[in-house]
Amino acid sequence: MKTAVFRIWRGNAAGGEFRDYETGVSEGMVVLDAIHHIQATEANDLACRWNCKAGKCGSCSAEVNGMPRLMCMTRLSELPLDKPVTVEPIKAFPLLKDLITDVSWNFRVKKKIKKFKPRPPDAPDGTWRMQQEDIDRVQEFRKCIECFLCQDVCHVLRDHRKYDEFIGPRFLIYVAALEMHPLDTEDRLEELRETQGIGYCNITKCCTKVCPESIHITDNAIIPLKERVVDDYYDPLGWLWKKMRRKKGSGGS
Amino acid sequence: MAEYQRHEHDVLVIGAGGAGLRAAIESAHSGASVGLICKSLLGKAHTVMAEGGIAAALANVDDRDNWKVHFADTMRGGQYVNNWRMAELHAREAPERVRELEAWGAVFDRTKDGRILQRNFGGHKYPRLAHVGDRTGLEMIRTLQDHGIHQGIDVHMEVCVLALLKDGARVSGAFAYDRERGRFRIFRAKAIILATGGIGKAYKITSNSWDCTGDGHALAYHAGAELIDMEYLQFHPTGMVWPPSVRGMLVTEGVRGEGGILTNNDGQRFMFDFIPENYKAQTADNEEEGWRYTQGDKEARRPPELLTRDHVARCIVREIKEGRGTPHGGVYLDISWIKKRLPKAEEHIKRKLPSMYHQFKQLGDVDITREPMEVGPTTHYIMGGVRVDADTQMSSVPGLFAAGECAAGINGANRLGGNSLSDLLVFGKRAGEFAAKFAREQSLGGVDEAVVKKLADEALQPFANGDKDNPYTVQRDLQEMMQHNVGIVREESEMQSALEHLKVLWERTKEVGVTGHRDFNPGWHTALDLKNLLTVSEAITRAALERKESRGAQFREDYPEKSAEFGKVNTIVWKGEDGGMQIRRETIPEMREELKRIIEEMK
Repeated sequence: MKTAVFRIWRGNAAGGEFRDYETGVSEGMVVLDAIHHIQATEANDLACRWNCKAGKCGSCSAEVNGMPRLMCMTRLSELPLDKPVTVEPIKAFPLLKDLITDVSWNFRVKKKIKKFKPRPPDAPDGTWRMQQEDIDRVQEFRKCIECFLCQDVCHVLRDHRKYDEFIGPRFLIYVAALEMHPLDTEDRLEELRETQGIGYCNITKCCTKVCPESIHITDNAIIPLKERVVDDYYDPLGWLWKKMRRKKGSGGS
Repeated sequence: MAEYQRHEHDVLVIGAGGAGLRAAIESAHSGASVGLICKSLLGKAHTVMAEGGIAAALANVDDRDNWKVHFADTMRGGQYVNNWRMAELHAREAPERVRELEAWGAVFDRTKDGRILQRNFGGHKYPRLAHVGDRTGLEMIRTLQDHGIHQGIDVHMEVCVLALLKDGARVSGAFAYDRERGRFRIFRAKAIILATGGIGKAYKITSNSWDCTGDGHALAYHAGAELIDMEYLQFHPTGMVWPPSVRGMLVTEGVRGEGGILTNNDGQRFMFDFIPENYKAQTADNEEEGWRYTQGDKEARRPPELLTRDHVARCIVREIKEGRGTPHGGVYLDISWIKKRLPKAEEHIKRKLPSMYHQFKQLGDVDITREPMEVGPTTHYIMGGVRVDADTQMSSVPGLFAAGECAAGINGANRLGGNSLSDLLVFGKRAGEFAAKFAREQSLGGVDEAVVKKLADEALQPFANGDKDNPYTVQRDLQEMMQHNVGIVREESEMQSALEHLKVLWERTKEVGVTGHRDFNPGWHTALDLKNLLTVSEAITRAALERKESRGAQFREDYPEKSAEFGKVNTIVWKGEDGGMQIRRETIPEMREELKRIIEEMK
């Protein structure tokens, strides 16, 4: 059987090292299979998060050969196996142990974003009417599996550590999904500018590149939000116009 | 004892998938202080993997639909051993629960007139499943999560419950550990809701996440609650079979709902060969009619690919057994053929089944818009679980409630696709409401510190065991054994042998050792999950032995027919005084006349 060497980060916040493990390679195998095999045979205590192993839960984020990836969706057949495959934790959040980081900041950030606030129902039975074409964009954002790979790769968080001033690409698309929701009546533009730091994003599109759901984070969410913030701040007439349009229910998109 | 972290809540919800989140929201809405424990991070529960949709008789696509048809479909699918009151409540309340999700921000696919779109699914007479492409579960869990975080619920992430604590007959708390540091925690609560999902990890080939280890089933059982219908384990007919790495991964029934067909290696559409008597009247007998049904022709009857899951799974097993399978031991599921019928079929498939397209392309090197998939049955869902009161969801232990997959009753001998997500919502809400009500009428119960000490010692035992046995090896041996002995086709001697194997595995479990420290140690977690897996495995085996007939998901080679006598009873499992598992049959209560009439009318 063909084999491969995995160079896996072992350690915690106090320190650690890369350790090499060898495993067999079978057809169709993904990096998470290798991690599981190593856990079951050599290193019972090797910590990694995973749930679905189908690219749907966004738990097994890690950096494989330096690239932020879901381990369950990274086939060994796409990696050069003639040298060790490095697997290490994502870098934007504090390390807990081995491949696990403390991502709780993301949950706190989400809680601070103003929640969905729908307009009154359109029909007497308490339901709404929306056309498919008006929700396509929002549905794109709602594909997000919260793997936080976009947060990991965003230099504002990863390098500049602006956790108190910037919410990161994940939550910019979250705000975009709310703002562009045809039923929503809330206004989140002031926070976007004042406390959520949308101005920090300089559109390098790293987030879009690593998104396992292929969401066009920058083009479809962040840039339109930036435009709205600018319009809102510098153009009171435009702001009024948008408010009225939104009230009429034609949505924000 | 100061070394434990302690928490107090009116209502403690264990499990944060669809049912747990919906329950927590309802309890909080009723004014209770609520703690919500999740074994993983919030929003990662197995509900994210649900694909096809939420069954609810909204009648947006076909106005002939209503709760009565949904009720009759659910009972027929469950072979009439369902808890009929649950099936009734479910069918009546599901539409309101779906509309509520929309009010909380869910964005379902739309009909042309802007309402929630509904799709066809197996066993449902009319297009009934509200959906978002093939990622409905993600939409549902995210909607509940994003709504739930604003309801004042205390969320305890990556915490795992090891045992329920009792004060006399009633439940008074839970003993748990946090994964991050391995510290023990004591939760005191006036009422506890179990919403821990399924048991798929007791089997080798499964569509389930790592965390589907039957925790709620086992916690309830060891706390003295009764389990019901444990023999009914659903094998979803279409799981991936190749490559080995993804074996068992779910392929949504939505593929067949959109017109996908099943063929064997002769290219024959074998599902037409055997259509069960009670479905003959509503099943197409030719390909043309079946296709028209999937395209919304109200005069057409559904194709046999959309028969119930138990039946489709058995037909697939038959094809494979008789040598008509695919190279990797499955059958073909083909959606690409619709290009003969539809313009822009490729685009249509990618839009309606995006995750399936992605999953096969990325993990199986198969382009489903151009070639067929290879599929075979995979352990998917357990109809059996904690026996609950239909209206309140309270178990036989006062103060202990259950909802969702870990509770039982609504599905009978077989669950219809789409009825799970609606079950989570309907009974999650009910459990939340009645647990909060129960909590209002109670004070906090006591916690026996001696019991806690014993539980803590037991939990730490694997660190003292050295390398006698490996928890991963025991888990794998259990999965292989259950797959082989108590799988899709069952018979007496294999199941007797399963009981013998289980005895050995229980002994081995006491001996498993783990290395390293208590901080996020997956080996240790695996060791602690074994007790739950073994408990549910034994319950499934004993119940399957007890039911000497074939009905729904239970297929006995030695008793291949339905028996009228067994059709009148449920099997009940509980923990006896001596600690051994007990089993009895109990007669199903007589159905209300009104409901009987509905079933007659819909035949």
